[in-house]
Parts: sequence; structure tokens; C-alpha cells
Amino acid sequence: MKAAVIVFPGSNCDRDVAVSLNAVMGSSPEMVWHGNAEVPKSDLIVLPGGFSYGDYLRSGAMAAHSPIMKDVIKKANSGVPVLGICNGFQMLTETGLLPGVMLRNANLKFICKDVQLRVERNDTVFTRRYKKDQVITIPVANHDGNYFADENTLARLEDNNLIAFRYCDADGHPTGEANPNGSARNIAGLYNENCTILGLMPHPERLADKQLGGIDGLALFESLVETLH
Amino acid sequence: MSSQDTLGPRADEITPEIVAEHGLNREEYDRVCESLGGRAPNLTELGVFSVMWSEHCSYKSSRVWLAKLPTTGPQVICGPGENAGIVDIGDGQAAVFKMESHNHPSFIEPYQGAATGVGGIMRDVFTMGARPAANLNALRFGSPDHDKTRHLVSGVVSGIGGYGNCIGVPTVGGEVNFDKSYDGNILVNAMCVGLAEVDKIFYAAASGVGNPVVYVGSKTGRDGIHGATMASAEFDDDSDEKRPTVQVGDPFTEKLLLEACLELMAGDAIIGIQDMGAAGLTSSSVEMADKGGVGIELDLDLVPCREEAMTAYEMLLSESQERMLMVLTPGREDGAKKIFEKWGLDFAVVGITTDTGRFVAKHQGKIKADIPLDTLANNAPKYNRPWIAGEKRPVIVPDEVPAPNSLSDALIKLMSLPDLCSRRWVWEQYDHMVMGDTVGRPGGDAAVVRVHGTDKSLAVTTDVTPRYVAADAHEGGKQAVAETWRNLTATGAQPLAITDCMNFGNPQRPEIMGQFAGAIEGMAEACNALSYPVVSGNVSLYNETNGQAILPTPAIGGVGLIKNTERRASAAIGHDGDILLLVGTERGHLGQSLYQRDLVGKSEGAPPPVDLTAELRNGNFVRGLIEAGDVAHVHDCSDGGLWVAVSEMAMAADIGADITLGSQQLPAHAILFGEDQGRYILSVDADQVAKIIASAESLAIPVRKLGVAGGKSLRIDGEHEVKLADLRQAHESWLPEYMNTV
Repeated sequence: MKAAVIVFPGSNCDRDVAVSLNAVMGSSPEMVWHGNAEVPKSDLIVLPGGFSYGDYLRSGAMAAHSPIMKDVIKKANSGVPVLGICNGFQMLTETGLLPGVMLRNANLKFICKDVQLRVERNDTVFTRRYKKDQVITIPVANHDGNYFADENTLARLEDNNLIAFRYCDADGHPTGEANPNGSARNIAGLYNENCTILGLMPHPERLADKQLGGIDGLALFESLVETLH
Repeated sequence: MSSQDTLGPRADEITPEIVAEHGLNREEYDRVCESLGGRAPNLTELGVFSVMWSEHCSYKSSRVWLAKLPTTGPQVICGPGENAGIVDIGDGQAAVFKMESHNHPSFIEPYQGAATGVGGIMRDVFTMGARPAANLNALRFGSPDHDKTRHLVSGVVSGIGGYGNCIGVPTVGGEVNFDKSYDGNILVNAMCVGLAEVDKIFYAAASGVGNPVVYVGSKTGRDGIHGATMASAEFDDDSDEKRPTVQVGDPFTEKLLLEACLELMAGDAIIGIQDMGAAGLTSSSVEMADKGGVGIELDLDLVPCREEAMTAYEMLLSESQERMLMVLTPGREDGAKKIFEKWGLDFAVVGITTDTGRFVAKHQGKIKADIPLDTLANNAPKYNRPWIAGEKRPVIVPDEVPAPNSLSDALIKLMSLPDLCSRRWVWEQYDHMVMGDTVGRPGGDAAVVRVHGTDKSLAVTTDVTPRYVAADAHEGGKQAVAETWRNLTATGAQPLAITDCMNFGNPQRPEIMGQFAGAIEGMAEACNALSYPVVSGNVSLYNETNGQAILPTPAIGGVGLIKNTERRASAAIGHDGDILLLVGTERGHLGQSLYQRDLVGKSEGAPPPVDLTAELRNGNFVRGLIEAGDVAHVHDCSDGGLWVAVSEMAMAADIGADITLGSQQLPAHAILFGEDQGRYILSVDADQVAKIIASAESLAIPVRKLGVAGGKSLRIDGEHEVKLADLRQAHESWLPEYMNTV
């Protein structure tokens, strides 16, 4: 598998996700500068976490207009799998590749902690190594992770089974208490219609190594390698 | 080159009032004139002298004492005097670290004050060629009842998070404490630890004549003018009016500056580099030229400005953030410029190194300042201020301190105190995992971050117990150093060196100077005994408002090395059925304890003494067990005493424990809540116990079986039960409830 990680000014989880990819791929992903016009031929494009352009405007809003994004959007629409983590998810909603927007967390604070997620489906390139309804632990670290979309959009996401992960309690129930930031329907991650694009606020790369306290994030990267070779 | 005509002051320009506003006294002003060969300075020059000779930049009251601290050792690559200290961590790698205060700005404008404190300390680290790997913050706020405290806590915590989270360096540890002495003068001490290759370390010296002096980073504005002078003065009721002297931080630009600097540092274009921190362009250029033994000439017309019509005075004294000054090898400017342009940053050649030994600043064709460098950098007055040692207080006998009505209620009360409750509300606002190497998260004895891509880790912590220092400066200074050493050791790390942040009141008062002197001597004693030198630091004096000084607060930041990340210890109980062992001597010392202060309502007596021989012996024993893989769950006993430490281990694992008081002749509350030093609690497999006890006894190290882990509550000899759920509720709720109360 060949992977490309897009590096924006202000990206700060680019190295972290490259480490996780390297661990499963056995080789380094290509780090691609945002100012380039084209993403080299890859089986996977990753939009990493961070504060692109400082996120002084809406998070991800500036990055969505970076030179490289034209090609990212083109390749995403042609079916190249795209993984957007945290700030990357925010870019995906800002470009319109995924619906909805990210609001400020309901408590108005940055939140960095482990949360539990329910894997909504395991028939995608991102999740085949998980079990359906498996409860996994992955950290969040963001200020704007409160997913919002209108009722019609939410209904469409539910009807088409496009919700990837929901915040949940230890038993897998998506309760209000388990929702760290006020996200609609406890949504932590979303797919596009074809499930080739995944955006999620939690950081799978942060719990993909035993020494860091857990490996629940690793299966996401393993799923990609298994499918995309 | 200079003449009275162009350089002397205009008529009436320098009045005694203006001199006083610049924080210089009569003798110091005379010394300025003498340095200029007998002429009076103009306003720009006066400004330059005032910042360079401020307490903040010149250490004029503290230098004679700082010289008593040990600063060398086989592990030390660079001691105090550079941007940060550097220690060897093997394999050609180095840890680069420093702690610095940002107290006065944070009190006036908590968000920006704290944010720029974090930004400033990171620049000190990456200017030496290191990538920042961890941030810590030692914070002291006023009484929770004071009407400003909530606002200050909220602003400082958001500011630290806002900066560190954005730049993407994990904030992994530190301290938060409350005391009414900080009501009008909070302390924000920021520490950064970075990693560098030993053969790629950069220093501030600007050697060579005719080399280009380059300005990079943000543009210069009028923010922060006279920040260093403000940091060297007391506060009064009008201090809020100093808000315009607080700088504004831009973490995004700092991230770009970090990446651009490290990219340039991969090559060999840089001769010297220094961040523009306190006293901005002035201090950075003076320090670089002085260290390199050259002169420097700046053309201020070339300085990138973001405001119009800035004067020479303003440009030289601005403390705008996210700026660096470099001296490059001639001919390498274009290559360097390309890197900074790629990152969207300003790059301007603003001067040249000279052989004149003078600091010269030109603006609009005129010489605005022309000062012998040596006098600016090294001729600041040095004061050996009068001091008196505090009176020794008697050691309180345990029986003199009343017992609580209920031991279990006392524990719950202690665990919910502002000074002992969970800081989760704080550190969940900090990204403590970014960079993917935080293997020991906040909440333990010391945070542990891996040295990226290796089997090694660094343990990092900050500690000081100001009430101990107030009661006995010498013992308190000793204890602060020993506690960092102990916290590092409890993770399995070999402590390497410390950075210090000396926060005290007005040094012109002999009792304050006595606190400073005592703390330094105590710290030096501990550093020497533990082979644990000081490699960097900062002094913050005049922490007073309306004549009320803060508690003396020598905050110590410690760094240690874990050679094998797999062989480290957490501060949680290991497993159900584990045996808890107590290493160290029990004396039941309740003087200056939290129990005495907050449950009895008295702050009396001497603080607990630190026996440095026992400290070293007990610590080396515990570390040996961790390194051998025999023990992986260790917690030190500090604030609050034994039962508090057991509680913390129990909550971290969600496993209870039944402990026994043992056979010594001490009252139960003294055993449980006494703050005796040099102790550790180990949670070990039952089949390891005999071996560990035999090994301790063979080394004459005091050890006893403290109890058995299990269940969901804490007990003492089967009684005084406290449910973990109730304890957690008490421990976790105080801070969020306090912060959510309007």
C-alpha cells in the first residue's frame, strides 16, 4: 500500500499518523506539502490532525482552500480512500466531501481524553478488522468536535448507514453522558456514500501502540493495509 | 563615530522622573553615564540600559547567590547562561530544558500572559536546535475565595492550552496550588523539554566580524514594551493599567518558526541564534554579540514592523512574540531566506557584526544608540543585598496535633482539598498526547515521554512546597529538589539535572533576601548530595502587591532518563492481591502538613526534614527494583502523607487496599497524614515480597509490609472503610464544581 499524508502549515499530527502507518505498512508514507498541485499516486490519502493555518478562522476552513485540496477532492471523488482525522475531518466537512459542520465543544473547552466508541459497521476499508458494535477506546483532542447537521442530513446518514463511530458507554450505548462534546446523535465519525472517505474526530494513531496504553486504533490502519495492500 | 551632537539627550529629555520610570535608581543612572564615557544617555539609550539592567535580565540581586548552585557533572553539556540547559542522554542525544516565569503578565492578562510564557520557553529550547517534546507548568493561584481566582485559573489554563495545543507539543505535567499569598500576584512558571542531537546544538554566540545579523519570524509591533521592567517591579492597585505591556501570542506563527528554524538548522548556515524574549531585539543582539566577543550594528529601518512610524526606542524594546535573531555565515542568506519564505515568515538582514565592541542602532540615517557592549551585558550593578535568616521553628511532636474525630472523614476531606484534589479539569484541556510519545500521562509522580524512535524515555516533573520554604527556607529548598528527584525515581528514571524558577518577593527587604539565600543553600545541598546539578533557570523577584509578598516559591523542574521504556513504573496499584510495601522511615511529622493546616487550622512548626543520605539510598534501591523488572507500580509519599498516597494509587487502578498501622509508637493520624520525606509505596506481586524485603534489609533500608490490595474500598486494619467511589467523587469534583460556580 502507498499512502500520502498531506502536511499543512500548522498540521501537528502528521508525524504521529505516519508512525502508525509505517508500523502497519512497513514503509513510510509520502509526506506531501500543501502547496503542491498534485498528490502522488497513492492508495490512501490522509488529512492529519492539527491546527492548519492556526484555525483562526473556522477549523479546517483555510486548509479546504489549499492548493493541494483541488487534487485531493478530485482523487477522493474518483474513489481513492481518504482518511481525515480531527482537523482532517474538519477539512472534509469544510470541502463538502462530508456533510455537516463542527461546532465548538458543548463545554466550550478543549477536551483531551480517552473516549469509547462503538464501531457502527465493519464492512468498509477502514473497519474490517473490527467487529460490528465493538466498543473501542480512542482519545479525542479538540476544541471544535461538536458535530452538527440538520435533521434531514442526520436522517439520511442514519438511513444509509453512513455513521462510522458513535461515542458510547462501556456497554456500547450512545448515551448523553458518553458524548464528550455535544455531537448530534453521538457522531464521532462519518463515511461518504461509498464509504471511501472517513472523517473522525478521535485519533486512532494515539492508541495504536501498547506503550501508549492501548492498541484499539491499530485495527483501523491494519484494515486499510489488508484491503489496499 | 558618535558625538554629543547626535547622541546626547535633547534638552530636558532625561529628567529624574524619566530615569525613575525606567526603574533605575540614582547610583545606577550615574553608572549609565559613566559607561557612556561621562555623557548622559538619550531616551533610546536609557531604555536599552533600563531593560538590560533590569532585575529580570541582569539578575543583579541574585547573581551572588546563584553562584552557590552546583552546575556541572559528567552528564552536563551546557549549564546556566545559555537559552536553556543541556544534558547528555546517551546515543549522541541530548535533553534541552528550562523553566521560566511569566507571573506579572499572567496576572494582568491571564490568557495571553500564560500563552506567551509557553511560547517563550519553547523558543528558548528550539533556538538551541532541539525539537520541544514536552511542556509543564507550575501554577500558583490565590485563595479560592478571592474574587479574581476563578477568572485567573480559567484564563491561564486556556492560555496554556491554546498555545501548546496549537503548536502541537504535549503539556504533560506540572502543579496547581492555591494560597492567599498569591491573591495579588499569581505564579505562572512554564517549562519546556526538548530533544536534540549532541552534534547539532546551536548557541547564542555571534562570532566573527562582518557577518549578517538576520531577523526572522513575526513582525515587530508596540506590544510588550518594557515587559522586562514590569517583571522587575512590585504591583499596586493600578497594575491593571499595565495591560498594554502584555504581549500577544500567535502559536501558529511559532509552529512555522519552529519548523523553519529546525529546517535551517539541518544545514550549517547558522553561526549563532537567539530568540527575542524579554527585552526583545535589544537583549538578543547584546547577548549574542557579547558572547561572541564582537560588536553589533543594527539598521532599524530594515526591521519588519507591523505598525507605522515606530521609533527606535519602540523597536528596540518591543517584546513582540515569535521572533528570532540569527547570525549567518556570509553568503548563506539566500538559502536561508528560501526556507523562511516557504513557511511564510519574514526574513530580513537587519545588521552586521563589527569589531568595535559597541552596540550601535541606526534609524532613519541617525545613530540612535551607541553603547559599549560590555557595560550593557556585564556591567549591571551586582548587589549583595542585606538579608536575615528566618527564625528556626520548633519540631512539632505528633501527640501535640489533635486527632480527627474520624480517620475516614479526614481522608475524604484531604482528598477534596484545593491543593490535593484531582487536576483532571486542568489537564484535560491540554493536549497531553500529541507527538505520540506520552507513555506516562498526567496524574502520576512524573510524566514520561519517549525519546522519539528509541527505547529510552524522559521523566519530567515540577515540584516545590512553598509552605515548607516559608517555614524554613533551607529545608524547603532542599525538599523541593529532593521531591523532584523522588518523583523521577518513582517512575524508574535516573534523575539527571534540574532547572529552577525562583519566585520571591522584594529582594530589598532583608527577610525576603533571607528566604532567597536560605532556599539557594538548601537547594545546593540537595543538588550536591544527589549529583543532580542545576543547568538552567530564572529568577522572578518583586512578586508583591501592596507590600504583601508571595510565599517563597523556588519551583524546581527535574528531568530524568529511563533507559528502557519497558522497565518503568506507574503510580497505580498493580493487581488485586498485590502486597503494598512502604520504603522509608516513619516519624509521623505533622508540622506544616496539609492535615495540620487544613484540618486543624494551624501552620506551625518546622517542615519535615529531608535526610539526603536516606533519600539517595532509598531512591536508588527503588529504582534498582524497577530497572530489574521486579516492581512496576510505585508512588512517592508527599503532600498529605501515607494514606493520601495509597488513595491515589488505589483510584488510579480502581483497586482498594487494606493497610496496617504497623508497630511503631505513633498516633494513627500521624502515621497516616504525617509528611515524612524520602518514602515510597510499592505495589508488588506476593511472591516478590520476601526477596524485596530481604534485599532492603541487607542494605539497611527501612521497609515494612503496609497492606494488601483488593476490593473497592480503603481500610485500616479492616476498619475505617472509605469506598473508592466516595473518595473519587470527593477527589474529582472539587475543581470542576469550583470552576463552574459563577
